[in-house]
Amino acid sequence: MRALLLRGMLSGVCAGVLALAFAVVVGEPAINRAIAFEEASAAEHEHATPAADTHDASAEAKPVSRGMQRGVGLAAGLLALGAVFGGIVAIVFAVTRGRLGALSDRGSALLVALLAFCALYLLPFLKYPANPPAASDPGTIEARTAAYAGALALSVAITASAVVLQHWLARQRGAWDATLLATVAGVIAFALVALALPMYSELPEGFPGETLWRFRLASLGTQLVLWLGIGLVFGLLTERAGSPARKEQSQ
Amino acid sequence: MAYAAPLPISAERPLSIPVREIAPWALFAFTLAAVVVYFVGFEQGTLAIFSSDYMHEFVHDARHLAGLPCH
Repeated sequence: MRALLLRGMLSGVCAGVLALAFAVVVGEPAINRAIAFEEASAAEHEHATPAADTHDASAEAKPVSRGMQRGVGLAAGLLALGAVFGGIVAIVFAVTRGRLGALSDRGSALLVALLAFCALYLLPFLKYPANPPAASDPGTIEARTAAYAGALALSVAITASAVVLQHWLARQRGAWDATLLATVAGVIAFALVALALPMYSELPEGFPGETLWRFRLASLGTQLVLWLGIGLVFGLLTERAGSPARKEQSQ
Repeated sequence: MAYAAPLPISAERPLSIPVREIAPWALFAFTLAAVVVYFVGFEQGTLAIFSSDYMHEFVHDARHLAGLPCH
């Protein structure tokens, strides 16, 4: 089990490197354009009213330079997230292994990683898409964080329930029907959640639509690369290491 | 379904690992994940342990790309 967890975290770091490359090439240009918009509108504000708003004032005294944020900071954040996400995939893989049908190790590693991507990123993203800097109102950060955390928790609960439902239905209706029905049930459940949660439309006037779109695509791509990387690398390493369950039992 | 992957095990489905064995590692992994996600995503967002926003600003770009709410 220790080896399995280490492999998961290691594959998370590998996937983090891939996601970092994607984020630097695709994500950073959009973040930089958003910050350029932020600074341009802050400068306009200062012309209009001498009292700059609090966010711009704090931006003046930033303890971390942009160079740090887009380089070491981004790398550290993505590698750390990759390592712990890889650990989660390893744990879920260990729990579901041999309990959810006859998938190979590589197949079930990829399936677990893709389900985790849906639960931890994609579903919450559909309700609260990732926003570049300067695209939200700093005043509502607490409400938005609480709403996001709620969407995240419900998304995880719904995804886990859908997996259990699929497992249960598969005995009576076969894998294909069970998967379709469980997916439809999960999508409907999360759609209801999404309808019930509050919406925040705070995009400042004049924010370039293309920057928003590119940033959101970049965010989606970065997370997809991260999770796919975890699923594929972890599956490969686990298959190469042989059967983890057999090794565990012989220890 | 009949074509199982060429694994060294002969059983049709892979052996499962006892949950009792997984539990302590799961606790470790999820605690670690909670700490890291907290520092990347939520420190200085709504809560704060450190008084400076160094941590918050350091992982700024990663947090935005991870889709977590920010300014």
